Amino acid sequence: MKAAVTAPDSKPFALSTRAKLGLALIVIYALFAATQLGFSWERFEAGMGHGARFLARMFPPSTERLDVLWKGIAESLEIAVLATTLGIFLALPLSLLGARNLMPVWATWPARTFVSLCRALHPVIVAIIFVKAVGFGALAGVLALTVASIGFIGKLFTESIEEISLKQVEAVRATGASFANVIIFAVLPQVFARFVGFSTYQLDSNLRNSTMVGIVGAGGIGGTLFSAFQRFDYDFVCTILITIIAIIMAGEVLAGIVRSILLDNVTLSEMLRRKGRADSTPRPIEDDA
Amino acid sequence: MSSAVQRPASDPAAAWVRYTPGQRLLRFALYLVFVLAIVQSLRTIDVIPEFLYDAPAQMADLLNRMWPISWQSFPGSIQRALIETLHMATLGTILAVIMAVPVGLAAANNLTPNRVVNFLARLILVSSRSINSLVWALLFIAIFGPGPLAGTIAIAFRSIGFVGKLLGEAIEDAQPGPIEALTATGARTGSIIAYGYWPQIRPAFWSIVLLRWDINVRESAVLGLVGAGGIGMALNSAMDLFQWDKVSLILVLIFTIVIVAEVLITRARKALL
Repeated sequence: MKAAVTAPDSKPFALSTRAKLGLALIVIYALFAATQLGFSWERFEAGMGHGARFLARMFPPSTERLDVLWKGIAESLEIAVLATTLGIFLALPLSLLGARNLMPVWATWPARTFVSLCRALHPVIVAIIFVKAVGFGALAGVLALTVASIGFIGKLFTESIEEISLKQVEAVRATGASFANVIIFAVLPQVFARFVGFSTYQLDSNLRNSTMVGIVGAGGIGGTLFSAFQRFDYDFVCTILITIIAIIMAGEVLAGIVRSILLDNVTLSEMLRRKGRADSTPRPIEDDA
Repeated sequence: MSSAVQRPASDPAAAWVRYTPGQRLLRFALYLVFVLAIVQSLRTIDVIPEFLYDAPAQMADLLNRMWPISWQSFPGSIQRALIETLHMATLGTILAVIMAVPVGLAAANNLTPNRVVNFLARLILVSSRSINSLVWALLFIAIFGPGPLAGTIAIAFRSIGFVGKLLGEAIEDAQPGPIEALTATGARTGSIIAYGYWPQIRPAFWSIVLLRWDINVRESAVLGLVGAGGIGMALNSAMDLFQWDKVSLILVLIFTIVIVAEVLITRARKALL
């Protein structure tokens, strides 16, 4: 900007040298990485041809094996529901244990370590291990997504418990309440709104991930999708993908309804009157998969 | 919550009621739906009990075979695969940002006051997020063939939804003051974005990009399971060959790069913001 004062003919808002250098570095890195990974224009061009043929084979979506589709989708939904429920029930005590403002250090660090261990492993890798342990099928998927849910909501629950106001805790404690009563009447009411937000978000995220664990044999629509790919049934693949997107969109609407009932206390008539409403609960910025 | 407090005016001694009957009915209906969903899932889900009984034995067997970790197989193919994974994650993130910025700009209602364009942009973002990266990888393997090209593009497409959605939200949260001032000077849309919005969304932008890179490092490590390059491919072949000591080495490596990536983004965030 100083340059604009001394030399009026130069561009007033030119990029700084540092920004230019950064951009150049990114471009150089991108070129280097592309050669390292063996990208080439011919391959890309050939891919475009394949892509056109691939898309042509995807349409129109097949409606032949709707029973197979329904079976897979139902199993995915079951996996998502059970994993979310188990995850919430296990994450709640863990996050109370991990909150530094309520618990002594010897209780917080094992809980926090466990939660971050659950977070560090990708759900698919956990699913592989559970498939080996409990065999193929939905149970492995439920367990794998439960671990992922503990890692995700456990962390967010802990953080929101650490942000509560301690005045109410002190007030309840001053009445001579037991520890359990302090938790129930002073801590949980303060974090309930955020818990509902995180839990609905986790249901949404488990719904998306339950379509994926099937690829390694842990049940759900993922297995159907993978075998449709391997048999080149691209029209059936298209049907499955459209169904997944529709379910996830419906899930987002449902999560909105749950939040408005539990947090904004809407009545039935209010809900029918204004269908769409702005999301007032802050959503976690993190997207786990 | 203020509307929830009901105090009948006629009778001051009446008991305080937190919810109206309608609100309570809705809550009960909601809880009922939850319980029904859980019960229904528990009843219909397929669990093979025979597999469950020997689970502890199977786990012990697995851990037994995984130990000791085969460190000597690291140099060579696994090392190359690890570096390939990092390149895939980084290049995928760069591509994703390039593609997500226009979609994010179109999704923000204050910048693009057009409901149809907003809706289309949101549809792109939701589709990108709904389809898992493994599924994106399967799609691009069908197009480009197995290898890191399919994996990189899968990561890029999966990340569009994430980056675009959060960027759009950051733009919608921007203060209108500077934008109005710029509009009053007659600035073009490009200038408004560069000098009105960019300074306001810059911290959000960098934290979104860093967070997505961190997620992409994790994702790119498993994309190889379906053949999309990276260390997942080594993991898949080691599992197919029952080389469990090699599997444990790869798991340790994935764990390490995930931790390193997390430390790096924490550092980078401190330096950039």
